[in-house]
Amino acid sequence: MIVFTIAGRELRHLFLSPLAWCVLAVIQFITAWMFLVQVDNFLKFAPTLAGMASAPGVTDAIAAPIFSTASVVMLLVVPIMSMRLVAEERRSGTLSLLLSAPVNMTEIVLGKYLGLLIFLLIMLGLITLMPLSLAIGTHLDYGKLFSGVLGLALVLGAFAAAGLFMSTLTKQPVVAAVSSFGLLLLLWIISWAGSGDARFSPTFHYLSLLDHYASLLRGSFNTADVLYYVLFIITFLVLSIRRLDAYRLQH
Amino acid sequence: MSNNDLLVKVENLYRYYDDHCAVQNLNFELRKGEILGFLGPNGAGKSTTMQILSGNLAPSTGQILINGVDILDEPKRAKANIGYLPEQPPLYIDLTVDEYLTYCAALNRLPRSKLQAARDLAKERCGLKDMGHKLIGNLSKGYRQRVGIAQAIIHSPAVVILDEPTVGLDPIQIREIRALIVELGQEHGVILSTHILPEVQTVCSRVQIIHKGRLVFNDTLTGLTQRMQSTSLMLACRQAPEQAVIKALPGVNDVQPLDNHHLRVHFNADSNPAEIVAAEVLKRGWGLLELTPEHKSLEQIFVDLTTADETGGATPLQERAA
Repeated sequence: MIVFTIAGRELRHLFLSPLAWCVLAVIQFITAWMFLVQVDNFLKFAPTLAGMASAPGVTDAIAAPIFSTASVVMLLVVPIMSMRLVAEERRSGTLSLLLSAPVNMTEIVLGKYLGLLIFLLIMLGLITLMPLSLAIGTHLDYGKLFSGVLGLALVLGAFAAAGLFMSTLTKQPVVAAVSSFGLLLLLWIISWAGSGDARFSPTFHYLSLLDHYASLLRGSFNTADVLYYVLFIITFLVLSIRRLDAYRLQH
Repeated sequence: MSNNDLLVKVENLYRYYDDHCAVQNLNFELRKGEILGFLGPNGAGKSTTMQILSGNLAPSTGQILINGVDILDEPKRAKANIGYLPEQPPLYIDLTVDEYLTYCAALNRLPRSKLQAARDLAKERCGLKDMGHKLIGNLSKGYRQRVGIAQAIIHSPAVVILDEPTVGLDPIQIREIRALIVELGQEHGVILSTHILPEVQTVCSRVQIIHKGRLVFNDTLTGLTQRMQSTSLMLACRQAPEQAVIKALPGVNDVQPLDNHHLRVHFNADSNPAEIVAAEVLKRGWGLLELTPEHKSLEQIFVDLTTADETGGATPLQERAA
């Protein structure tokens, strides 16, 4: 109940500033552009593909690239949306409103996380509408589409959790944005390292945010991949709670 | 007074910032209907104490009971009884007054059906009736402060903690806020931190002076008034009065010459030799011009207490106080 109250305020705060609208518009434009390019390409190669035995379907050719592009754009956008969650409240002194209310740290963190997550899911919904619109004219592989949507939702959830944690570390929102972008980018490309080394390669691949997402985009639903994101989210939420708790002790 | 009236009980409170001890061994109580003034110079530990009481800061050691509930053991239950206005009001400038207060009421877990009633009552008490639809960001400082206070009292908590609520307001606003605080004191226990001395005298029923993290003074306003009462007389004569003669009078402790015509006569608190001094001066024909009891101002007490350890003892009364 109280979590939803806090989440509602976060969401409201986002939409009261031009930032949320601007981000929604930009993301929508970029993914729409991507969508058009993919549809155009698909139409160009459709005759060739029709002759192949196991050719990629519409969903593979159009939905997957869009989700893939969207995740990279989100890598830039989520830190900007998450940076002010706690940092700004600390800076302006409004955090004490939450701290002196009969609300515990878990509720504060979950509320803030949920608020941001709802915003990101609205964005995801808008993006999904585009490949979904193809259903008017052709047959879609809904399983693969769902797997892609789930993948992007989990990636966004993970981005938001890491961004929230980074926001609890500083009073400067911009510092929070830069450091969460750094962290996310590092985790995105971490599998590039040690690719030749048999000892470390699996570890790096497991840590990578990208690898787990890639398999979901291919339509292979693996519990290990989903679990990776769930663990990732829980870890950063717990760290955020601990961090907020530590405010009362330190200085 | 019954134990039920005890709203806040602070025991052996310590708070360290690294090696620096901001608050040491603080003990005090607050009862229902009291307005407790927390005085101290800047950096004395007032705000730290307020933050600890409101649960924003954890104490290093010590116990705080709010309405009988330990704030460390059961923070949620304890915090439900607290309304806190920090030095900087925690306002969301992108919300309207109504939206903000509704959110605060919901944060304090008021049931949905009571949100509006609580909001309207708080608005009315703080003089914000016509401000409901205004953005907080567009309000003047005085009105923001009122919204801050409205936020602190919206769930009618047993204890209201106000950290320097009148800073930066104009004199009329200060009067209004003070009147509001007095009104709050009738139903709630109020802890008020300030460094404005007259504020304490007009508003508070009990005064605590904190200096370098220690409580150096804790008394009711009546006790304080007694303490402020004169222990010296100012004597002015046309001819120079003889010090030795005055000093020899019964009840007089000491005589301090100020110039040729003025003497300061110190006496014990339990006796007032004004009559005898007057009679003596008349008898000797020195020409009595003035004989007035001198009052210690709260400021003087404050200065005495807070400068005591720099000079190694209470500073003597130097200036003639109003």
